[in-house]
Amino acid sequence: MNSQPEARQSPSMQPPPIGMLAELTHRCPLQCPYCSNPVELTRKREELDTETWQRVFAEAAELGVLQVHLSGGEPALRQDLETLVASCAEHGLYSNLITAGVNISRARLEALADAGLDHVQLSVQGATAKVNDHIANLPGAFDKKLAFAAEVTDVGLPLTLNSVIHRANLHQIPDLVELALALGARRLEIAHAQYYGWALQNRGALMPPREQVMEALELVEAARERLKGKLVIDAVVPDYYARLPKPCMNGWGRQSLNVSPLGKVLPCHAAETIPGLEFWNVRDHALGEIWQESPAFNAYRGTAWMPDACQSCDRREIDWGGCRCQALMLTGDATQMDPVCELSPYHDEIQTLAIVDSRRDDEFTYRRFSRQPA
Amino acid sequence: MSADSDTHLDSNAGGVPALAERDVVRIPRGVRLREDKARGGWVLLAPERVFQLDPIAQQVLTRVDGERDVAAIVDDLAQAFAAPRDRILADVRAMLADLITKNVLEVA
Repeated sequence: MNSQPEARQSPSMQPPPIGMLAELTHRCPLQCPYCSNPVELTRKREELDTETWQRVFAEAAELGVLQVHLSGGEPALRQDLETLVASCAEHGLYSNLITAGVNISRARLEALADAGLDHVQLSVQGATAKVNDHIANLPGAFDKKLAFAAEVTDVGLPLTLNSVIHRANLHQIPDLVELALALGARRLEIAHAQYYGWALQNRGALMPPREQVMEALELVEAARERLKGKLVIDAVVPDYYARLPKPCMNGWGRQSLNVSPLGKVLPCHAAETIPGLEFWNVRDHALGEIWQESPAFNAYRGTAWMPDACQSCDRREIDWGGCRCQALMLTGDATQMDPVCELSPYHDEIQTLAIVDSRRDDEFTYRRFSRQPA
Repeated sequence: MSADSDTHLDSNAGGVPALAERDVVRIPRGVRLREDKARGGWVLLAPERVFQLDPIAQQVLTRVDGERDVAAIVDDLAQAFAAPRDRILADVRAMLADLITKNVLEVA
Protein backbone atom coordinates (compact mmCIF):
# COMPACT_ATOMS: atom_id res chain seq x y z
CA MET A 1 0.00 0.00 0.00
CA ASN A 2 3.05 2.23 0.08
CA SER A 3 3.85 3.76 -3.23
CA GLN A 4 7.59 3.24 -2.76
CA PRO A 5 8.97 -0.05 -4.02
CA GLU A 6 9.70 -2.29 -1.09
CA ALA A 7 12.73 -4.44 -0.59
CA ARG A 8 11.87 -8.13 -0.64
CA GLN A 9 15.16 -9.88 -0.04
CA SER A 10 14.11 -11.57 3.16
CA PRO A 11 10.83 -13.31 3.91
CA SER A 12 10.94 -11.70 7.36
CA MET A 13 10.49 -8.25 5.80
CA GLN A 14 6.97 -8.73 4.41
CA PRO A 15 4.67 -5.80 5.11
CA PRO A 16 1.54 -6.97 6.92
CA PRO A 17 -1.72 -7.84 5.12
CA ILE A 18 -4.68 -5.43 5.16
CA GLY A 19 -7.57 -7.77 4.50
CA MET A 20 -8.50 -11.32 5.38
CA LEU A 21 -11.16 -13.44 3.72
CA ALA A 22 -12.51 -15.88 6.32
CA GLU A 23 -14.30 -18.68 4.50
CA LEU A 24 -16.25 -20.00 7.45
CA THR A 25 -18.01 -22.80 5.61
CA HIS A 26 -18.61 -24.19 2.14
CA ARG A 27 -22.23 -25.03 2.99
CA CYS A 28 -24.71 -22.85 1.11
CA PRO A 29 -28.44 -22.92 0.34
CA LEU A 30 -27.70 -21.54 -3.15
CA GLN A 31 -26.14 -23.48 -6.02
CA CYS A 32 -24.76 -20.68 -8.21
CA PRO A 33 -22.83 -22.03 -11.19
CA TYR A 34 -20.32 -19.15 -11.00
CA CYS A 35 -19.23 -19.93 -7.44
CA SER A 36 -15.55 -19.32 -6.76
CA ASN A 37 -15.35 -22.13 -4.22
CA PRO A 38 -13.32 -25.17 -5.21
CA VAL A 39 -15.19 -27.96 -6.97
CA GLU A 40 -14.25 -30.28 -4.09
CA LEU A 41 -16.13 -28.68 -1.19
CA THR A 42 -15.24 -29.02 2.50
CA ARG A 43 -17.85 -30.71 4.70
CA LYS A 44 -19.22 -29.45 8.02
CA ARG A 45 -17.36 -31.94 10.20
CA GLU A 46 -14.03 -30.75 8.77
CA GLU A 47 -14.63 -27.03 9.47
CA LEU A 48 -12.54 -25.05 11.96
CA ASP A 49 -14.19 -24.73 15.37
CA THR A 50 -15.17 -21.50 17.14
CA GLU A 51 -12.10 -21.32 19.37
CA THR A 52 -9.71 -21.68 16.45
CA TRP A 53 -11.43 -18.90 14.49
CA GLN A 54 -11.29 -16.67 17.59
CA ARG A 55 -7.56 -17.28 17.83
CA VAL A 56 -7.15 -16.58 14.11
CA PHE A 57 -8.94 -13.21 14.47
CA ALA A 58 -6.73 -12.26 17.42
CA GLU A 59 -3.63 -13.20 15.42
CA ALA A 60 -4.90 -11.35 12.35
CA ALA A 61 -5.37 -8.12 14.32
CA GLU A 62 -1.93 -8.52 15.87
CA LEU A 63 -0.44 -9.05 12.41
CA GLY A 64 -1.96 -5.83 11.06
CA VAL A 65 -5.13 -7.00 9.30
CA LEU A 66 -7.73 -4.19 9.31
CA GLN A 67 -10.72 -5.79 7.61
CA VAL A 68 -12.21 -9.26 7.79
CA HIS A 69 -14.64 -10.54 5.18
CA LEU A 70 -16.82 -13.26 6.68
CA SER A 71 -17.70 -15.42 3.75
CA GLY A 72 -18.36 -18.96 2.59
CA GLY A 73 -20.43 -20.66 1.28
CA GLU A 74 -23.09 -19.01 3.40
CA PRO A 75 -21.46 -17.81 6.65
CA ALA A 76 -24.84 -17.60 8.42
CA LEU A 77 -25.00 -21.41 8.35
CA ARG A 78 -22.42 -21.27 11.14
CA GLN A 79 -24.33 -21.29 14.43
CA ASP A 80 -21.46 -19.34 16.04
CA LEU A 81 -21.51 -16.41 13.59
CA GLU A 82 -22.49 -13.88 16.31
CA THR A 83 -19.58 -15.07 18.46
CA LEU A 84 -17.19 -14.73 15.53
CA VAL A 85 -18.43 -11.20 14.73
CA ALA A 86 -17.99 -10.26 18.39
CA SER A 87 -14.47 -11.62 18.24
CA CYS A 88 -13.66 -9.39 15.25
CA ALA A 89 -15.08 -6.37 17.08
CA GLU A 90 -13.13 -7.20 20.23
CA HIS A 91 -9.90 -7.04 18.25
CA GLY A 92 -10.80 -3.86 16.36
CA LEU A 93 -11.26 -5.66 13.04
CA TYR A 94 -13.75 -4.19 10.56
CA SER A 95 -16.22 -7.00 9.89
CA ASN A 96 -17.99 -7.45 6.59
CA LEU A 97 -20.64 -10.16 6.28
CA ILE A 98 -20.87 -11.58 2.75
CA THR A 99 -24.21 -13.33 2.59
CA ALA A 100 -26.86 -14.69 0.25
CA GLY A 101 -29.47 -13.24 2.64
CA VAL A 102 -31.95 -16.12 2.52
CA ASN A 103 -31.57 -17.56 6.03
CA ILE A 104 -31.00 -14.68 8.47
CA SER A 105 -34.00 -13.77 10.63
CA ARG A 106 -34.64 -10.26 11.89
CA ALA A 107 -33.68 -11.35 15.42
CA ARG A 108 -30.42 -12.83 14.22
CA LEU A 109 -29.57 -9.77 12.16
CA GLU A 110 -30.09 -7.61 15.23
CA ALA A 111 -27.88 -9.94 17.26
CA LEU A 112 -25.17 -9.64 14.61
CA ALA A 113 -25.46 -5.84 14.64
CA ASP A 114 -25.27 -5.85 18.45
CA ALA A 115 -22.18 -8.05 18.26
CA GLY A 116 -20.49 -5.24 16.31
CA LEU A 117 -20.99 -6.14 12.66
CA ASP A 118 -19.81 -3.22 10.49
CA HIS A 119 -21.24 -3.93 7.06
CA VAL A 120 -23.40 -6.33 5.05
CA GLN A 121 -22.72 -7.38 1.49
CA LEU A 122 -25.73 -9.08 -0.02
CA SER A 123 -25.49 -11.10 -3.22
CA VAL A 124 -28.18 -11.01 -5.86
CA GLN A 125 -28.01 -13.32 -8.84
CA GLY A 126 -30.22 -11.10 -10.96
CA ALA A 127 -32.58 -8.12 -10.80
CA THR A 128 -35.78 -10.15 -11.08
CA ALA A 129 -37.09 -13.23 -9.27
CA LYS A 130 -37.08 -15.27 -12.46
CA VAL A 131 -33.42 -14.67 -13.31
CA ASN A 132 -32.20 -14.66 -9.70
CA ASP A 133 -33.90 -17.89 -8.66
CA HIS A 134 -32.88 -19.72 -11.82
CA ILE A 135 -29.20 -18.86 -11.34
CA ALA A 136 -29.27 -19.60 -7.59
CA ASN A 137 -31.36 -22.72 -8.26
CA LEU A 138 -33.52 -21.80 -5.26
CA PRO A 139 -37.18 -20.85 -5.78
CA GLY A 140 -38.23 -17.94 -3.57
CA ALA A 141 -34.65 -16.75 -2.98
CA PHE A 142 -35.16 -13.33 -4.59
CA ASP A 143 -38.12 -12.37 -2.39
CA LYS A 144 -36.19 -13.41 0.71
CA LYS A 145 -33.24 -11.27 -0.40
CA LEU A 146 -35.42 -8.20 -0.87
CA ALA A 147 -36.94 -8.65 2.58
CA PHE A 148 -33.49 -9.14 4.10
CA ALA A 149 -32.11 -6.00 2.40
CA ALA A 150 -34.96 -3.95 3.84
CA GLU A 151 -34.18 -5.28 7.30
CA VAL A 152 -30.47 -4.52 6.96
CA THR A 153 -31.13 -0.84 6.23
CA ASP A 154 -33.90 -0.74 8.83
CA VAL A 155 -31.49 -2.01 11.50
CA GLY A 156 -29.15 0.76 10.35
CA LEU A 157 -26.36 -1.33 8.88
CA PRO A 158 -24.74 -0.15 5.66
CA LEU A 159 -25.57 -2.35 2.69
CA THR A 160 -23.63 -3.29 -0.42
CA LEU A 161 -25.34 -5.16 -3.20
CA ASN A 162 -23.11 -7.54 -5.13
CA SER A 163 -23.98 -9.20 -8.39
CA VAL A 164 -21.77 -11.56 -10.33
CA ILE A 165 -22.32 -10.84 -14.01
CA HIS A 166 -22.32 -13.33 -16.86
CA ARG A 167 -24.28 -14.24 -19.99
CA ALA A 168 -27.51 -15.04 -18.15
CA ASN A 169 -27.85 -11.66 -16.37
CA LEU A 170 -25.67 -9.20 -18.27
CA HIS A 171 -28.76 -7.58 -19.76
CA GLN A 172 -29.97 -6.62 -16.28
CA ILE A 173 -27.23 -4.16 -15.33
CA PRO A 174 -29.48 -1.06 -15.49
CA ASP A 175 -32.06 -2.95 -13.39
CA LEU A 176 -29.41 -3.87 -10.85
CA VAL A 177 -28.47 -0.20 -10.48
CA GLU A 178 -32.14 0.67 -9.93
CA LEU A 179 -32.51 -2.21 -7.48
CA ALA A 180 -29.49 -1.03 -5.45
CA LEU A 181 -31.00 2.46 -5.22
CA ALA A 182 -34.45 1.15 -4.33
CA LEU A 183 -33.02 -1.06 -1.58
CA GLY A 184 -31.05 1.82 -0.06
CA ALA A 185 -27.65 0.28 -0.76
CA ARG A 186 -24.72 2.66 -0.46
CA ARG A 187 -22.56 0.57 -2.71
CA LEU A 188 -23.01 -1.75 -5.69
CA GLU A 189 -20.50 -4.27 -6.97
CA ILE A 190 -20.87 -5.30 -10.57
CA ALA A 191 -18.48 -8.21 -10.65
CA HIS A 192 -18.00 -9.98 -13.94
CA ALA A 193 -17.53 -13.70 -13.31
CA GLN A 194 -13.95 -14.79 -12.86
CA TYR A 195 -13.38 -18.23 -14.24
CA TYR A 196 -12.11 -20.39 -11.38
CA GLY A 197 -13.68 -23.27 -9.48
CA TRP A 198 -17.30 -23.81 -10.48
CA ALA A 199 -17.26 -20.85 -12.85
CA LEU A 200 -14.50 -22.48 -14.85
CA GLN A 201 -16.58 -25.65 -15.15
CA ASN A 202 -19.47 -23.49 -16.36
CA ARG A 203 -17.56 -21.22 -18.69
CA GLY A 204 -19.51 -22.45 -21.71
CA ALA A 205 -22.76 -21.43 -20.00
CA LEU A 206 -21.52 -18.13 -18.54
CA MET A 207 -19.13 -16.41 -20.92
CA PRO A 208 -20.83 -13.40 -22.51
CA PRO A 209 -20.16 -12.20 -26.06
CA ARG A 210 -17.52 -9.52 -26.41
CA GLU A 211 -19.83 -6.77 -27.74
CA GLN A 212 -22.21 -7.18 -24.84
CA VAL A 213 -19.34 -6.99 -22.35
CA MET A 214 -18.11 -3.73 -23.85
CA GLU A 215 -21.61 -2.29 -23.80
CA ALA A 216 -22.02 -3.33 -20.16
CA LEU A 217 -18.77 -1.62 -19.19
CA GLU A 218 -20.02 1.64 -20.71
CA LEU A 219 -23.35 1.36 -18.91
CA VAL A 220 -21.62 0.89 -15.58
CA GLU A 221 -19.29 3.80 -16.22
CA ALA A 222 -22.18 6.12 -17.07
CA ALA A 223 -24.16 5.05 -14.00
CA ARG A 224 -21.14 5.57 -11.77
CA GLU A 225 -20.70 9.12 -13.04
CA ARG A 226 -24.41 9.90 -12.76
CA LEU A 227 -24.74 8.57 -9.21
CA LYS A 228 -21.57 10.02 -7.74
CA GLY A 229 -22.11 10.82 -4.07
CA LYS A 230 -25.27 8.70 -3.99
CA LEU A 231 -24.16 5.19 -4.84
CA VAL A 232 -20.59 3.93 -5.06
CA ILE A 233 -20.30 1.51 -7.98
CA ASP A 234 -17.32 -0.79 -8.14
CA ALA A 235 -16.73 -2.97 -11.17
CA VAL A 236 -14.73 -6.15 -11.46
CA VAL A 237 -13.87 -6.37 -15.13
CA PRO A 238 -14.14 -9.48 -17.30
CA ASP A 239 -10.52 -10.17 -18.05
CA TYR A 240 -10.70 -12.71 -20.87
CA TYR A 241 -11.43 -9.91 -23.33
CA ALA A 242 -8.90 -7.46 -21.83
CA ARG A 243 -5.50 -6.32 -23.13
CA LEU A 244 -3.86 -6.07 -19.74
CA PRO A 245 -4.06 -8.57 -16.89
CA LYS A 246 -5.82 -7.75 -13.63
CA PRO A 247 -3.52 -7.03 -10.67
CA CYS A 248 -4.74 -10.22 -9.05
CA MET A 249 -5.05 -9.77 -5.24
CA ASN A 250 -2.98 -6.59 -5.78
CA GLY A 251 0.02 -8.89 -5.83
CA TRP A 252 0.52 -12.37 -4.44
CA GLY A 253 0.99 -12.36 -0.67
CA ARG A 254 1.09 -8.60 -0.63
CA GLN A 255 -2.16 -7.26 0.92
CA SER A 256 -4.55 -10.13 1.59
CA LEU A 257 -4.87 -13.64 2.81
CA ASN A 258 -7.62 -16.20 2.72
CA VAL A 259 -8.41 -18.80 5.38
CA SER A 260 -10.35 -21.81 4.06
CA PRO A 261 -13.03 -23.68 6.07
CA LEU A 262 -10.38 -26.35 6.72
CA GLY A 263 -7.94 -23.78 8.10
CA LYS A 264 -5.57 -23.67 5.17
CA VAL A 265 -4.15 -20.19 4.59
CA LEU A 266 -4.12 -19.28 0.90
CA PRO A 267 -2.81 -16.26 -1.02
CA CYS A 268 -6.09 -16.33 -2.99
CA HIS A 269 -9.17 -18.54 -3.01
CA ALA A 270 -8.07 -20.48 -6.10
CA ALA A 271 -4.44 -20.99 -5.09
CA GLU A 272 -4.98 -24.65 -4.27
CA THR A 273 -5.42 -25.35 -7.98
CA ILE A 274 -1.67 -24.80 -8.39
CA PRO A 275 0.07 -28.14 -7.86
CA GLY A 276 3.20 -28.32 -5.72
CA LEU A 277 2.44 -25.34 -3.48
CA GLU A 278 2.74 -26.04 0.24
CA PHE A 279 -0.06 -24.37 2.24
CA TRP A 280 0.18 -24.12 6.00
CA ASN A 281 -2.81 -24.55 8.28
CA VAL A 282 -3.86 -22.34 11.21
CA ARG A 283 -4.23 -25.56 13.23
CA ASP A 284 -0.44 -25.98 13.07
CA HIS A 285 0.97 -22.46 12.75
CA ALA A 286 0.32 -18.91 13.93
CA LEU A 287 -1.11 -16.67 11.22
CA GLY A 288 1.87 -14.27 11.28
CA GLU A 289 4.28 -17.15 10.80
CA ILE A 290 2.25 -18.39 7.84
CA TRP A 291 2.16 -14.93 6.24
CA GLN A 292 5.90 -14.50 6.61
CA GLU A 293 7.31 -17.98 6.16
CA SER A 294 4.96 -20.37 4.42
CA PRO A 295 6.24 -21.66 1.07
CA ALA A 296 2.95 -20.90 -0.75
CA PHE A 297 3.04 -17.20 0.20
CA ASN A 298 6.67 -16.82 -0.79
CA ALA A 299 6.30 -18.69 -4.09
CA TYR A 300 5.16 -15.69 -6.19
CA ARG A 301 5.82 -12.72 -3.95
CA GLY A 302 7.37 -9.59 -5.40
CA THR A 303 8.86 -9.75 -8.88
CA ALA A 304 11.80 -12.19 -8.68
CA TRP A 305 9.72 -15.19 -9.84
CA MET A 306 8.51 -13.38 -12.98
CA PRO A 307 9.53 -14.33 -16.53
CA ASP A 308 11.98 -11.90 -18.16
CA ALA A 309 9.30 -10.14 -20.19
CA CYS A 310 7.43 -9.26 -16.97
CA GLN A 311 10.54 -8.32 -15.02
CA SER A 312 11.51 -5.76 -17.64
CA CYS A 313 7.94 -4.41 -17.97
CA ASP A 314 7.02 -0.98 -16.58
CA ARG A 315 3.81 -2.43 -15.21
CA ARG A 316 5.45 -5.20 -13.15
CA GLU A 317 4.45 -3.50 -9.88
CA ILE A 318 1.06 -2.40 -11.22
CA ASP A 319 -0.24 -5.71 -12.61
CA TRP A 320 2.06 -7.91 -10.50
CA GLY A 321 2.15 -10.35 -13.42
CA GLY A 322 -1.62 -10.88 -13.32
CA CYS A 323 -3.10 -14.11 -12.02
CA ARG A 324 -0.99 -17.23 -11.29
CA CYS A 325 -3.98 -19.58 -11.28
CA GLN A 326 -5.09 -18.33 -14.67
CA ALA A 327 -1.56 -18.68 -16.07
CA LEU A 328 -1.58 -22.29 -14.93
CA MET A 329 -5.06 -23.10 -16.24
CA LEU A 330 -4.46 -21.70 -19.68
CA THR A 331 -0.76 -22.35 -20.29
CA GLY A 332 -0.03 -25.27 -17.95
CA ASP A 333 2.62 -23.23 -16.12
CA ALA A 334 1.91 -20.99 -13.11
CA THR A 335 5.09 -18.95 -13.65
CA GLN A 336 4.04 -17.84 -17.15
CA MET A 337 2.74 -14.33 -17.64
CA ASP A 338 -1.03 -14.12 -17.31
CA PRO A 339 -2.31 -15.05 -20.81
CA VAL A 340 -4.69 -12.08 -20.68
CA CYS A 341 -1.68 -9.81 -21.26
CA GLU A 342 -1.39 -8.83 -24.90
CA LEU A 343 2.34 -9.60 -24.74
CA SER A 344 1.64 -13.24 -23.85
CA PRO A 345 2.11 -15.78 -26.65
CA TYR A 346 -1.20 -17.25 -25.44
CA HIS A 347 -3.15 -13.97 -25.68
CA ASP A 348 -4.90 -14.74 -28.98
CA GLU A 349 -5.73 -18.22 -27.77
CA ILE A 350 -7.60 -16.99 -24.70
CA GLN A 351 -9.56 -14.44 -26.69
CA THR A 352 -10.59 -17.11 -29.17
CA LEU A 353 -11.52 -19.41 -26.33
CA ALA A 354 -13.79 -16.75 -24.83
CA ILE A 355 -15.48 -16.11 -28.17
CA VAL A 356 -16.05 -19.83 -28.73
CA ASP A 357 -17.44 -20.32 -25.22
CA SER A 358 -19.71 -17.31 -25.59
CA ARG A 359 -21.41 -19.05 -28.54
CA ARG A 360 -22.01 -22.33 -26.76
CA ASP A 361 -25.36 -23.28 -25.38
CA ASP A 362 -24.34 -25.22 -22.25
CA GLU A 363 -26.68 -25.88 -19.34
CA PHE A 364 -25.57 -24.81 -15.86
CA THR A 365 -23.72 -27.35 -13.75
CA TYR A 366 -25.01 -26.25 -10.35
CA ARG A 367 -22.65 -26.05 -7.39
CA ARG A 368 -23.20 -29.08 -5.19
CA PHE A 369 -21.38 -31.32 -2.78
CA SER A 370 -20.13 -34.46 -4.45
CA ARG A 371 -21.70 -37.71 -3.28
CA GLN A 372 -20.59 -38.78 0.20
CA PRO A 373 -17.77 -41.30 -0.03
CA ALA A 374 -18.89 -44.70 1.25
CA MET B 1 -12.83 -9.09 -2.69
CA SER B 2 -9.45 -7.60 -1.93
CA ALA B 3 -9.21 -4.42 0.10
CA ASP B 4 -8.45 -1.50 -2.14
CA SER B 5 -6.22 1.14 -0.76
CA ASP B 6 -6.57 4.80 -1.58
CA THR B 7 -3.36 6.43 -0.46
CA HIS B 8 -4.25 9.91 -1.61
CA LEU B 9 -7.31 12.00 -1.08
CA ASP B 10 -8.26 14.00 -4.15
CA SER B 11 -8.87 17.67 -3.60
CA ASN B 12 -11.39 17.72 -6.42
CA ALA B 13 -14.85 17.21 -4.97
CA GLY B 14 -16.59 16.46 -8.26
CA GLY B 15 -20.34 16.98 -8.35
CA VAL B 16 -20.90 17.62 -4.64
CA PRO B 17 -21.98 21.13 -3.68
CA ALA B 18 -19.53 23.06 -1.54
CA LEU B 19 -19.99 22.65 2.20
CA ALA B 20 -21.23 25.60 4.22
CA GLU B 21 -19.39 26.58 7.37
CA ARG B 22 -22.49 25.80 9.41
CA ASP B 23 -22.76 22.26 8.07
CA VAL B 24 -22.07 19.45 10.50
CA VAL B 25 -20.29 16.45 9.06
CA ARG B 26 -20.19 12.98 10.59
CA ILE B 27 -18.69 9.57 10.02
CA PRO B 28 -21.59 7.27 9.08
CA ARG B 29 -22.20 3.80 10.47
CA GLY B 30 -20.10 1.32 8.53
CA VAL B 31 -17.10 3.64 8.42
CA ARG B 32 -14.51 3.64 11.17
CA LEU B 33 -11.58 5.87 12.00
CA ARG B 34 -8.79 4.12 13.83
CA GLU B 35 -5.09 4.03 14.42
CA ASP B 36 -3.13 1.59 12.28
CA LYS B 37 -0.40 0.46 14.64
CA ALA B 38 1.10 -2.11 12.30
CA ARG B 39 1.84 0.44 9.56
CA GLY B 40 1.79 3.66 11.56
CA GLY B 41 -0.65 6.53 11.13
CA TRP B 42 -4.43 6.47 10.99
CA VAL B 43 -6.92 4.89 8.59
CA LEU B 44 -10.53 5.31 7.62
CA LEU B 45 -12.11 1.89 7.16
CA ALA B 46 -15.09 1.64 4.80
CA PRO B 47 -16.73 -1.23 2.89
CA GLU B 48 -13.96 -2.89 0.83
CA ARG B 49 -11.82 0.22 1.23
CA VAL B 50 -9.00 1.42 3.40
CA PHE B 51 -8.07 5.09 3.23
CA GLN B 52 -4.62 5.75 4.62
CA LEU B 53 -4.72 9.23 6.05
CA ASP B 54 -1.88 11.67 5.79
CA PRO B 55 -1.19 13.70 8.96
CA ILE B 56 -3.38 16.59 7.78
CA ALA B 57 -6.38 14.38 6.98
CA GLN B 58 -5.89 12.71 10.36
CA GLN B 59 -5.99 16.10 12.13
CA VAL B 60 -9.19 17.03 10.31
CA LEU B 61 -11.01 13.72 10.74
CA THR B 62 -10.22 13.26 14.41
CA ARG B 63 -12.15 16.53 14.86
CA VAL B 64 -15.19 15.26 12.95
CA ASP B 65 -17.45 14.25 15.83
CA GLY B 66 -20.92 14.83 14.36
CA GLU B 67 -21.40 17.85 16.65
CA ARG B 68 -18.91 20.55 15.69
CA ASP B 69 -19.69 22.37 12.46
CA VAL B 70 -17.14 22.99 9.71
CA ALA B 71 -16.42 26.48 11.06
CA ALA B 72 -15.57 25.14 14.52
CA ILE B 73 -13.25 22.50 13.08
CA VAL B 74 -11.50 25.13 10.96
CA ASP B 75 -11.16 27.52 13.92
CA ASP B 76 -9.64 24.78 15.99
CA LEU B 77 -7.16 23.82 13.26
CA ALA B 78 -6.23 27.45 12.58
CA GLN B 79 -5.41 27.87 16.23
CA ALA B 80 -3.61 24.55 16.64
CA PHE B 81 -1.39 25.11 13.62
CA ALA B 82 -1.17 28.92 13.66
CA ALA B 83 -2.13 28.98 9.97
CA PRO B 84 -4.30 31.39 7.92
CA ARG B 85 -7.98 30.50 8.43
CA ASP B 86 -8.97 31.08 4.79
CA ARG B 87 -6.53 28.55 3.49
CA ILE B 88 -7.49 25.96 6.07
CA LEU B 89 -11.17 26.50 5.29
CA ALA B 90 -10.58 25.87 1.59
CA ASP B 91 -8.53 22.73 2.25
CA VAL B 92 -10.93 21.31 4.82
CA ARG B 93 -13.96 21.95 2.62
CA ALA B 94 -12.33 20.23 -0.35
CA MET B 95 -11.23 17.25 1.72
CA LEU B 96 -14.59 16.74 3.41
CA ALA B 97 -16.51 17.16 0.16
CA ASP B 98 -14.30 14.56 -1.49
CA LEU B 99 -14.95 12.08 1.30
CA ILE B 100 -18.69 12.78 1.09
CA THR B 101 -18.53 11.98 -2.65
CA LYS B 102 -16.86 8.69 -1.75
CA ASN B 103 -19.69 7.93 0.71
CA VAL B 104 -17.40 7.73 3.74
CA LEU B 105 -18.64 10.97 5.36
CA GLU B 106 -22.10 12.47 5.47
CA VAL B 107 -23.71 15.78 6.34
CA ALA B 108 -25.53 15.34 9.63
